[in-house]
Amino acid sequence: MKARVHVTLKNGVLDPQGKAIGHSLNRLGFPEVGDVRQGKYIELELAETDAAKAKARLDEMCRKLLANTVIENYSIELVG
Amino acid sequence: MKTSVLVFPGSNREGDVAQAIELITGRKSNMVWHGDGDFEKTDLIVIPGGFSYGDYLRCGAMAAQSPVMTEVKKRAAQGVPVLAICNGFQIAAEAGLLPGVLMRNENLKFVCADVHLKVETSQSLFTNRYQAGQVIKVPVAHAEGNYFADTETLKRIEDRGQVAFRYCAPDGTVDGTGNPNGSIRNIAGVFNETKTVLGLMPHPENAVEPMFGGTDGKALFEGIVDALS
Amino acid sequence: MTIATEKNPPVKLPNEPAITPKIVADHGLAPDEYERLLKIMGRTPTMVELGIFSAMWSEHCSYKSSKVWLKKLPTQAPWVIQGPGENAGVIDIGDGQAAIFKMESHNHPSYIEPYQGAATGVGGILRDVFTMGARPVANLNALRFGDPSHPKTRHLVSGVVAGIGGYGNCMGIPTVGGETNFHAAYNGNILVNAMTVGIAPADRIFYAAAAGVGNPLVYVGSKTGRDGIHGATMASTEFSEDSEEKRPTVQVGDPFVEKLLLEACLELMATDAIVAIQDMGAAGLTSSSFEMAAKGGLGVVVELDKVPMREQGMNPYELMLSESQERMLIVLKPGREDLARKIFEKWELDFSIIGRLTDTERMVLTWHGKVVGNIPIPPLVTEAPVYERPWTLTPLPAVLEASQVPTPRDWNASLISLMGCPDLASKAWIWHQYDHLIMGNTAIRPQDGDAALVRVPSIVTGAVHKGLAMTSDCTPRYVQAHPETGGRQAVAEAWRNITATGARPLAVTDNMNFGNPQKPEIMGQFAGAIMGMAEACKALDFPVVSGNVSLYNETEGRPILPTPTIGAVGVIDDIAKAVGSRLTQGGLAIVLVGETRGWLGQSLYLREICGREDGAPPPVDLAAERRNGDFIRSEIDARRIAACHDLSDGGLLVALAEMCIAGGTGVEIALPPTSVPSHAFLYGEDQARYVIATGTLDEVLDAAKGAGVPAVLLGYSGGVSLTVKGLVSLELDDIKAAHEAWLPTYMDAAE
Repeated sequence: MKARVHVTLKNGVLDPQGKAIGHSLNRLGFPEVGDVRQGKYIELELAETDAAKAKARLDEMCRKLLANTVIENYSIELVG
Repeated sequence: MKTSVLVFPGSNREGDVAQAIELITGRKSNMVWHGDGDFEKTDLIVIPGGFSYGDYLRCGAMAAQSPVMTEVKKRAAQGVPVLAICNGFQIAAEAGLLPGVLMRNENLKFVCADVHLKVETSQSLFTNRYQAGQVIKVPVAHAEGNYFADTETLKRIEDRGQVAFRYCAPDGTVDGTGNPNGSIRNIAGVFNETKTVLGLMPHPENAVEPMFGGTDGKALFEGIVDALS
Repeated sequence: MTIATEKNPPVKLPNEPAITPKIVADHGLAPDEYERLLKIMGRTPTMVELGIFSAMWSEHCSYKSSKVWLKKLPTQAPWVIQGPGENAGVIDIGDGQAAIFKMESHNHPSYIEPYQGAATGVGGILRDVFTMGARPVANLNALRFGDPSHPKTRHLVSGVVAGIGGYGNCMGIPTVGGETNFHAAYNGNILVNAMTVGIAPADRIFYAAAAGVGNPLVYVGSKTGRDGIHGATMASTEFSEDSEEKRPTVQVGDPFVEKLLLEACLELMATDAIVAIQDMGAAGLTSSSFEMAAKGGLGVVVELDKVPMREQGMNPYELMLSESQERMLIVLKPGREDLARKIFEKWELDFSIIGRLTDTERMVLTWHGKVVGNIPIPPLVTEAPVYERPWTLTPLPAVLEASQVPTPRDWNASLISLMGCPDLASKAWIWHQYDHLIMGNTAIRPQDGDAALVRVPSIVTGAVHKGLAMTSDCTPRYVQAHPETGGRQAVAEAWRNITATGARPLAVTDNMNFGNPQKPEIMGQFAGAIMGMAEACKALDFPVVSGNVSLYNETEGRPILPTPTIGAVGVIDDIAKAVGSRLTQGGLAIVLVGETRGWLGQSLYLREICGREDGAPPPVDLAAERRNGDFIRSEIDARRIAACHDLSDGGLLVALAEMCIAGGTGVEIALPPTSVPSHAFLYGEDQARYVIATGTLDEVLDAAKGAGVPAVLLGYSGGVSLTVKGLVSLELDDIKAAHEAWLPTYMDAAE
C-alpha cells in the first residue's frame, strides 16, 4: 500500500520560503498570486493491507517524526 | 568536571566544543555515539552543532529520535545539566527538552558572523559569570536559527525568566538591527523551566581565545565549572 | 568466476547498438583517435569499452592538449612530498605534518545547475584531499561571473554561493578565503574553482597505486545512479546554447553522506587495512579503477553487477561512466575485509567487494558472470593522444604612459567609485554564507588579511602552534593583455599575499581555465601563461604540486579571459606572530615598501574611471618580488609590523582604504617627493609592493636600507577619515558604505 503525506505550516506561522516564492511569482508576471504557503510531500510504501491500521500507524509516524506539530499540520492519503 | 559530548551522524562542531572545554578545564570530553543507549556518569552533557542527518526532513528531527536522546531526557529530568548549541538546540527543541522551535532564517540564507548578545540573567549555572544586561560578542553559523514559539509559550517563558540571551546591537539595544535570523523577540537562547538545560544558536565554543574569535564565550564554560565544582 | 585474460571479444549485451561513426563522434573521439583505439583493441569495441576510451582520452582526464606545456612547470623542492599526478599535492610543513591540497574547476556543471554544480565541485575537491589521508581544514574558492547586468549573472551568483556554502558548511570545513570577479567575457562560461587544504601525518599519506595480485577491490560510499553520465566528456567540449538541455546529467551532491564517508575513511586509514585508495570523480568508476591499476602496473577484474545501484535497470556502460558523488574505491590488504566492512556499516555507508587485482595488465569487466569489457591497460595510457597544438603568442601591447591617462576630475569620487565597483566591492554577502569559523582555528578571516590563516594545532602539548596561510589569485585582464606577464603576476601575487601575513610561501596548485585549445591564439595564451608561471615559480622557489586544466571555456566562439588561478599555501612557525591587514590603532607610521613607477596600463583605475581596458600590464620583477617579500617576512617575524597589505588591484589608495575600513582607523598621508604623477602614484598597479603600519619606524627604515628595499614614510594612522594631503579627504563611513553596499544591493534587486 502506498501513502501520501502532506506536511504544511500551521496558519500564522511565518513561512519565509512561501513568501519568497510569492514575490518571485509576482515579479515573473503573475500579479494575481497572493499569499503562498509551501510544505513537504512525502511518499511512503507500506507493507500493510488494512487501511485503518495503516492510517493509525501513519498518524503515529507524523506525530513522532514527519511533522513537528508545534508549527506544522499534516494530512494523510492512502492510495491503492 | 566530566563532560559528555554527543556525536550524531553529521555532527561537526563536537570537536570545537571539546577543544574549548579542554582549554578551560584541562580535561578531555567523553564522545558519545548516537547509537549508545547508555553512557558513563557525567556532570555535563553537550549536544553540539552540526548537520545531524544532513538537516534532512527538519533540523534535529531525526537525531531527536535516536537512542542516546532517550537517555539524555532521562538524565536531564534528574537534573544533569545539558548545553545544547546550534544544531544541538534544534535537537533539544525537537526532543521536547526546550520550548519552541528553530525555523529557517528569515532571509533564507546561511549566516556565519559575529553577533552581539544581551545576557538576560546571571541566575543560572550557565550564565553566573556574566552580569544581567551584559553585552557579549560570539559568532553564529546556521541556516535555521529563527526562534519561534506560540504566544502562550512565549508569555510563559518570558514570565519565568527562561530567555537566556537575546540578539542585540553592539550597545545592547534589542531591536531588528542585531537580529541575524528573524527570531521572535530576538531570542538567541532559552532555558528549560529549571534552568538546567540551555539551548542557544550562537557558538560560545568559538569565542574562547583572543586570536580565534575573542574570549566572550569563555565565561559560559567557566560558569559551568564553578557551578558544578 | 572465470577470468578473461585473452583477447577474445566480450559478449555484446542485448539491445547494444552497433558502433557507428556517429556514436564515435558523440563520444567526443576524433576519427584518428578512434583509429588508435581500433589498433589497441584489434577489434571493434563494445559500447562500454568505447565509453571507457572516450572518458579516459577526454581532455579532462588525459590532459592531451596541455600535457606538453604542464611539464614545463617546476614541481620539485626539498619540502615537496608529492607533486602533480596524484589526487592532490603534498608538502612537508614540519613537525611530522604534511599539508595536502589542490584546486579544481567545476565550471560547466555550475553554469548548467549552479547550486549542484558548485556543491559537487566542493565535494569532489574535498574527496581528492581526504583520499590521501588528510583531514580537510580549509576551503577556498575562486569565482568568475559575467557582467552584473547580464540577465543570468544574479541567478548564477546566488546558486553558486549557496551551493558552495551548502556543501562546505554541512561538511564542517571552514571556507576561509577566495576571490570573486565579474567580467562580460564570462557571461556564458562562469568559473567555479574550488580548493581544499588538509593536514595529515607526513608518514601516513595514502596513494592510488594498486599493489598485490589477488587483493580485493572495494567500493564504498553512496550507491551509483545515472548522474552525470558523460560529465567528463561534457567538460571537454565547447558550449552551445542547447547545452542547457543537458540538465539531467548534472550530479547531485549529498554532503551528509560525504561527511560520513570522510569520517569512515579516516577511521579506516588509522588501521593498516588500506593498500591504495582513490575517489571516484570525473568518469567515476572508469578513471578510478583504471588509474589504480595503471599506477600499480597491474590488471583488474571488476564484477559490475556487484556495484551498489540506486536505480533499476542500470547497465555496465552506465555503471562505468556514472559520476554519482560520494564514492570511493579501495584496495584492501587480504583478510581486512571484515574490519573495513564494520567501519563502513557503522557509518551507514554501502560497502561491496566488486573485484580484485590481477597480474594481466588488463581491465576485465564482468556482468552476471559474462565478460562485457576487456581492455589492455598500458597502451590506453602510453598510446593516449597527446597534442602539440599550434600556438601563437600574444604580443606585448604598447606601454601606456601615465601622462596619456587623465587624472580624476574628482579625487574623492574616484576612490568611492573604485571601492564600490564589482571587482573591489566587499564580498561579505558571499562569505557570510560560508561557515568560516568552524574548527575554531581561523586566525585571519576573509577580508581581514591578504591570505587566510588557520592554526595547525601542535601535536606537542605546550608548543607553539603553526599557521597555514592560503590564498587564491589571478588577474585575468593582465593575462589577457599579455599571458606571460599575467602568468608571472598571478604567481607573484599569491606569493606576496602569503608573505603579507608573515608566512613562508611553500607551494602552488594551479587551475588553468582557458578557451578552445584548437585555436592557435588560445593555445598561445596557455603557453604564454605557463611560461610566465614557470619562471615565477622557479624564481620564488614556489613549486606546483597539483592542478587542474579546464579548456573549451567558450560559448558560440567567444572565449573567457584566460584565467590561470593560482592557489597557494605557506606556513608560519608561530601563528602568534602573524599579522593581518586591518588598521586598528592610531599613531602608527604608514610605510610604502617597493618601487612605484606609476603603472596605469590595464589598471582598475583605467577600466573603472577612464572606461578603457588597454596598455601593457605591469611588469613583474621577480628579483624585486623576492627581495621585498623576504624583507616583509623578516620584519613581521621581528614583530615590527602591526598590519600589512600587498598592493594589487587599485594600487596604493585602494589598499589604504581597505586597511582603514577593515580596522576602523583612518590615515593621513602625503605623497613623498616623486616624479610620478599623483594619479599614477596612488592608483598605479606596480608589482612587488606592500603598505605596512609600524610602531618602530626607524628600525624598519634602517632594515629596509640594509636590505636594499625601497621604503618611504607616507604618514600616520589615526582618526576616522582617509586623507591624502591636497587630494583626498573622505570619512571612513562613506568609503565603507560604498564598499559594502554594492553586492547586497545588486543581489537584492531581484528579490
